[in-house]
Amino acid sequence: MLQAAAFYILASTAVISAFMVVAARNPVRAVLFLILTFFSAAGLFVMLGAEFLAMLLVIVYVGAVAVLFLFVVMMLDVDFAALKEGFLNYLPLGGAVALALAAILALTGIGWVTADTAATSLQAPIPADMSNPEALGAVLYDRYVLFFQLAGLILLVAMIGAIVLTLRHRDGVRRQNIARQVGRKREEAVELVDVKSGEGIG
Amino acid sequence: MLEIGLGHYLTLAAILFTIGVFGIFVNRKNVIILLMSIELLLLAVNINLVAFSAHLGDLAGQVFAMFILTVAAAEAAVGLAILVVFFRNRGDIAVEGVNLMKG
Repeated sequence: MLQAAAFYILASTAVISAFMVVAARNPVRAVLFLILTFFSAAGLFVMLGAEFLAMLLVIVYVGAVAVLFLFVVMMLDVDFAALKEGFLNYLPLGGAVALALAAILALTGIGWVTADTAATSLQAPIPADMSNPEALGAVLYDRYVLFFQLAGLILLVAMIGAIVLTLRHRDGVRRQNIARQVGRKREEAVELVDVKSGEGIG
Repeated sequence: MLEIGLGHYLTLAAILFTIGVFGIFVNRKNVIILLMSIELLLLAVNINLVAFSAHLGDLAGQVFAMFILTVAAAEAAVGLAILVVFFRNRGDIAVEGVNLMKG
């Protein structure tokens, strides 16, 4: 009973806020609704027994991705009201595609059966004597260690790519050039002038 | 109705996925909302994977969901970087204007 109540509350929050993400007029609000969606999804993950993924969702999405979105929304000087103009024009097409997709998914849901071998062909059965993060770590660092490393590589490439894309060299900016400072010779900096008495430097 | 099973989670994931696709179609001018819709799609897939993982008692689904999370984060970072560069060059972020590389 309590489980059902929690599920319906979290699920309806997720669906409503997901709809607000795509329908919101103000992108900052859309980002905040995205955060709410991910929070409710994290709650659902906890209900499913995937505590580690729930925490990961909160940390990675709410802590990193959503803040990144917020930064970009606030950094870009765009007239967001003008961006929303085509919304009503595209509404029929978008609605039709969404309805078709929903129908396809519903048909899949109706005609769906579990294979008899599904229960016996588990890749990594959940151990009963371990907590979720412990079990996940035991599987991740053992069987899936190569994929784990590849995921790290993807993150590295994404980081370098984002830096390379957004870095720009501006002309007219004076930066400290330490090599030039250190490599300066006496001859470049000091000039000895023999001044005659009473004439000054002409 | 009161017994929450696999079907409930799959229905929720299907609804979220549909909303994500709907968002991609209606927000043709705003790339930021487009990227957020893609995040919604990936979240729906993650809910599916975790629901099946819990239903079958198999951890592999959760591991896979974690990798999807990683790739989604990387995709958001690179996508937003491209968006910033695009905005710098053109002064707006309308998707219809993305034809600079057309021959």
